[in-house]
Amino acid sequence: MAVFTRPRQAFVIAGVLGLALSATACGTGDDKKSDKAGSAECAPYEKYQGNDGKKVSIYASIRDAEADLLERSWSQFTECTGIEIAYEGSGEFEAQLPVRVDGGNAPDIAFVPQPGLVKRFADAGKLKQLGADTKALAEQNMPADWLKYGTVNGTLYGVPLGANVKSFVWYSPKTFKEKGWEVPTTWEQLIALSDKIAASGMKPWCAGVESGDATGWPATDWIEDVLLRTAGAEVYDQWTTHAIPFNDPRVVDAVDRAGTILKNDKYMNGGFGGVKSITTTAFQEAGLPVTTGKCAMHRQASFYANQFPEGTKVAADGDAFAFYFPAIDAAKGKPVLGAGEFVVAYADRPEVQAVQTYLASAEYVNSRAKLGNWVTANNKLDIANVASPIDKLSVQILQDKTGVFRFDGSDLMPAAVGAGTFWKGMVEWLNGKATAPVLQGIESSWPK
Amino acid sequence: MTTATPTVAAGAQKVDGTTSTTAGRVRRRLNSRTATLVSIVIAVVWTIPTFGLLISSLRPEDEIKTTGWWTAFTNPQFTLENYQQVLFGRSSSSGQLASYFINSLAITIPSVLFPLAFAALAAYALAWIKFRGRDWLYIAIFALQIVPLQMALVPLLRFFSTGVTLGGVTLMPAWDLVDEQKFAQVWFAHTCFALPFAVFLLHNFISQLPGDLMEAARVDGATHPKIFRTIVLPLITPALAAFGIFQFLWVWNDLLVALIFAGGGNETAPLTVRLAEMAGTRGSEWQRLTAGAFVSIVVPLVVFLSLQRFFVRGLLAGSVKG
Repeated sequence: MAVFTRPRQAFVIAGVLGLALSATACGTGDDKKSDKAGSAECAPYEKYQGNDGKKVSIYASIRDAEADLLERSWSQFTECTGIEIAYEGSGEFEAQLPVRVDGGNAPDIAFVPQPGLVKRFADAGKLKQLGADTKALAEQNMPADWLKYGTVNGTLYGVPLGANVKSFVWYSPKTFKEKGWEVPTTWEQLIALSDKIAASGMKPWCAGVESGDATGWPATDWIEDVLLRTAGAEVYDQWTTHAIPFNDPRVVDAVDRAGTILKNDKYMNGGFGGVKSITTTAFQEAGLPVTTGKCAMHRQASFYANQFPEGTKVAADGDAFAFYFPAIDAAKGKPVLGAGEFVVAYADRPEVQAVQTYLASAEYVNSRAKLGNWVTANNKLDIANVASPIDKLSVQILQDKTGVFRFDGSDLMPAAVGAGTFWKGMVEWLNGKATAPVLQGIESSWPK
Repeated sequence: MTTATPTVAAGAQKVDGTTSTTAGRVRRRLNSRTATLVSIVIAVVWTIPTFGLLISSLRPEDEIKTTGWWTAFTNPQFTLENYQQVLFGRSSSSGQLASYFINSLAITIPSVLFPLAFAALAAYALAWIKFRGRDWLYIAIFALQIVPLQMALVPLLRFFSTGVTLGGVTLMPAWDLVDEQKFAQVWFAHTCFALPFAVFLLHNFISQLPGDLMEAARVDGATHPKIFRTIVLPLITPALAAFGIFQFLWVWNDLLVALIFAGGGNETAPLTVRLAEMAGTRGSEWQRLTAGAFVSIVVPLVVFLSLQRFFVRGLLAGSVKG
């Protein structure tokens, strides 16, 4: 019995402690009232009034620190209107959402990062159409390139919210300055610079595609980015909708072109080893050698800024920054590959529509942008409210009228391909398999 | 886990008190020096990953992300920063870990007690009350074990959210639970999923009790409730404890059922849900998972160690006895 006493005591102590903690936790919060409704700071929320005490649930994949920013961004809205927003973020969002919707337990609003998933729910008749106010505001504030990804069979269901730019190459301004390298603005310059760096004994590029059960996705971004540059946006659209086969000769060309960097042992893989190490390097860590001088360039989206260790200065004169992945064919314009999430609604109660309208409004995007670490394609965003240099650069690129924006292709394709065989095919390709059989394999897996 | 090894040997000795020669030979061999050495090696190899995790959880973020845990021996740098972040984290949207800890307890304890109570009653009835179709019923319950719970997720969710309607007649209205009330859904789900195995395990145990006991009690005028309470319950305590541990560990570590039926809100979500979110939207803060894993195994470890001897006995409870 002597053995028993201690764990049991520990158990009791843990229990008592826990109860005490939960009691204090219950004591805070729950004092939201719209008594401020008439004040000056609430003036912009006038049109959302009349829903005091109502609750709207939002479900998304954004969690932890970024979810905190999200909740803070609409805190004034909830204070002024009295609409309570119950936010829930989950890492299993893409798998959980269909289960909840099919189980009759759908959230009021979801932020869906895949246009393919928006289409699936719209086709199944689960999504509610936008209210007139939301629709008008979305069409006014959002670029047409973006709206088309939230549109299914001519009806707009998803309003774009956040965005990220994927056509970026990360580099270290400090190292570039020390060695006297110039940021390349054309593809020829990019290759010339790579050769120059390789000749100096340093591996110019680093990459990593390991990402748990999503391993391979960073390589799909590479292919999409290059295809946009070699073949142009129209061919890209035909490719993502399967109007041309997955292994069209132009796609084969683009993959081979990407291979001249990704599968080049002279270029790869700074800080990790040879080409084969790409598939075993976590994407979160793949670009870190940029700041330690073991690798010169890393192609990854704008959100990679958060991966650098604390204390890394991400700016044009800092330890790490990004330049625009140069165009290959000037005639094809200035292509931008990106992604983002779409606000869709499963309910059409007035308070849900109010929140939806608010999320598309100038007040919201500027309130969210001020908190940092966020970019949107919403043209009402005032660039002065964007603090970090990389976000500023992203907004400039997104708002650039000459830019041709295209959404991440693997999110547009059916999940079996875009979140399945395309990822796996890329891993095989990086492991040494030739381009043609890999693309042939992906093509034959396309759902009929 | 090294402590488990001698207990297994001791338990085996007790069970096989009067050994046949084969069992005796096996026991002698297992008690030899080589066997002990082998078991120690196995235990050490088995523990190394967990040990590495423990070391990692005490290392600074940069070290975890750039070098392996074994470098901590040549270049010792230790910090409690990870535990600080996990326990008193900055995330205001999800609150502190402590409240999830309570949620986990609130989910786990009833989810262990409900199936225990129902299964003990059902197992007794199936073993000692004679009624028509008893064996078929038992086989049906036994067969339910092979149904994967993933198949039941969507139908069960519909059951809660839309109720049951048959031919236009509402047999059960929607539950319409909000916030903390959603605990009831999780309890219900866990109880459903646990019952087939619980009934099977306890039935095996209860049906092995000597029939003379029941007969004697009945001669003395005891009714079924009386027999169940005063004779069966005390005798099956080890089996109850064993199933209790199984169920406790399963529910405590469960993510799927909780995620679907409790949701991820901080009123009802258990520890596992919070741990899954802790690495951040793009997994950039994965160093926190090391400390988070250790925080979450504290309770199962306490439960396991304090109920260990029942656990070992319970492992034998499901087996067929001669």
